[in-house]
Amino acid sequence: MEQEIILKKDRQPFSFVKPLVAKLTPKFNRGDLLGSLKKTGITVISILLFIGLWHWGAKALYDVEADYKIEKALTERGAEAAAAERACIASGDSSCQPNTLPSPSQVWASLQSLIADHKIIKADKAAFVEKMAATNAKLTAKGKDPIVYTGRASFIDIVFTSIRTVFAGFLLALLIAVPIGIIIGLSAPLRSAFNWFIQVFKPVSPVVWYLLVFMIVKTLYIGDSTDNAFVISFISVGLCAMWATLVNTAMGVSSVDKDYINVAKVLKLGTFQKVFKVILPSSLPLIFTGLRITLSVAWMVLIAIELLAQSQGLGLFVWEEFQNGANDSNSKIIVAMFVIGIIGFLLDRFMLTVQNMVSFNKNEAV
Amino acid sequence: MNTATIDTARGTSENGILYPSKVMLDLSKLKKVYPTPKGDYVVLEDLDLQIMKEEFVTIIGHSGCGKTTMLSMIAGLNPISGGNIAVLGNPVKGPGPDRGVIFQSPSLMPWMTALQNVLLGVNQVFSHATKAQRKDIAKYYLHKVGLDGAFNKKASELSQGMQQRVGIARAFAIKPKVLLLDEPFGMLDSLTRGELQDILIEIWNKEKITAVMITHDVDEAIFLADRVVMMTSGPRAKIGDILNIDFQRPRTRKSVLDHPDYYTYRKHLIDFLEH
Repeated sequence: MEQEIILKKDRQPFSFVKPLVAKLTPKFNRGDLLGSLKKTGITVISILLFIGLWHWGAKALYDVEADYKIEKALTERGAEAAAAERACIASGDSSCQPNTLPSPSQVWASLQSLIADHKIIKADKAAFVEKMAATNAKLTAKGKDPIVYTGRASFIDIVFTSIRTVFAGFLLALLIAVPIGIIIGLSAPLRSAFNWFIQVFKPVSPVVWYLLVFMIVKTLYIGDSTDNAFVISFISVGLCAMWATLVNTAMGVSSVDKDYINVAKVLKLGTFQKVFKVILPSSLPLIFTGLRITLSVAWMVLIAIELLAQSQGLGLFVWEEFQNGANDSNSKIIVAMFVIGIIGFLLDRFMLTVQNMVSFNKNEAV
Repeated sequence: MNTATIDTARGTSENGILYPSKVMLDLSKLKKVYPTPKGDYVVLEDLDLQIMKEEFVTIIGHSGCGKTTMLSMIAGLNPISGGNIAVLGNPVKGPGPDRGVIFQSPSLMPWMTALQNVLLGVNQVFSHATKAQRKDIAKYYLHKVGLDGAFNKKASELSQGMQQRVGIARAFAIKPKVLLLDEPFGMLDSLTRGELQDILIEIWNKEKITAVMITHDVDEAIFLADRVVMMTSGPRAKIGDILNIDFQRPRTRKSVLDHPDYYTYRKHLIDFLEH
């Protein structure tokens, strides 16, 4: 029963918005309104419960860490130092705060500070561009490269770098996996020829893909290091994520309903017609299922790959914050975690919408 | 209205004398063997059947006796293990639009509209015609099956009965020499089935395309056919008996049911099936 409900929910993109929409639009059906109120209510309650549990857990961890710190001061430096430590922790001084799982309020504060930081950087950048406008105009007139802003990236810039990397990787995966999938789906011998290749490379870890791509790109592509990092990370992301699309496309193309194939045979459709009018449309739903998996895998491996490639994205941000060990580093990591989760969720919903559009019932384009 | 009677349509097969020019479809010594781990399984053996031009033949027999195998061999979708199938004297080598098929499931492309589904075949067969002409052909047959309002409806939005109407239009629109129907109404409720039988026979009366239809329904077999071919149960199935249905065409359901011979025919078929 529960399974069924989840499945049903899964088929409808943005189903979580519906209750809200229903709440905002006046409806006269009492049952409907009550139902959607209930659904929204349950979601809200579960979110509150989650935050509550988190708060409580973070507080417990904080206490454990604080006790440990005081205990340590007591054994190492005596009773006076322990009392000083206790007072310092209680005062909220940043120099002696226990370093542990941040509470929801700390994470919220970090999010706001990241946004504030973004505004500052944006203003800086605008000021820089304005200041340099005259100089740059002269430089371009002389045929030289203009001076560009090279200050640190804000959190929002970092998020966009990550999204850009994922989309570039996704596009690469699509361009490689869909055509190859179609070709090997159409031909059984090619399918056997490619099978070992797929089976061997599919389970390879993102880290190894990164190293492989690094070896190749380093030799072939000599740009500046930022460009390099971006190129290496999007290619690695694409190669890691393309397998689901490749396998699904090949399966979709090779398992077209026998009835359709018979119709094509009876009508003696040519190969081109058969592929584009019968085989491809009928395998579109499976291809899009593959693409949806590819996009979510791309987003998942992105973090590890950006970290390795030193690409200015969320992966590197998380790692640098961890290495940094500042007071608010932990809460910034949690902010990044939520941003990653929410963007991943939105990407998946987007793909689900597209997938539903190409399913036979609603398909408009042939 | 075409008033040709079955006597001119049919050869004198009872006497064993055939007019070669009148034979549209000739099955001789037809054999089908499926190899299995336990040895060969012979589905059909020594099956001989001649079907005349403009004849409507229904084939009746128990499930699994090889009726569908035979039909798909005529369609060219299933290789022949022995013997011959010839259309107007030319041996069948694979599928082709000279033998239109109406499948048991409508087999429409669900992502296409009704019109596009019919056009798929029409474009293929009438490739020399202009786009407008081809569209007119497709529309004409959709009109004939009573789907005037559903040209641009997606096949997946149509009911099973309406989908099979499109299937009928698609098969007739390519003007095949032989029409092969594999229990086309088997999946429909009896009311829809009756409607579709009427539509089928109405178009058929006009087009007179040689038709071979598999059915499980004794009344359907009698109502539509000039001859009902009874197949023995497999393995090694062959033609068990052939019954001529000497009703005038065009027929109406009422005139058939009221005809004194109707119950004789019906009893003959049921006796064979229960034997």
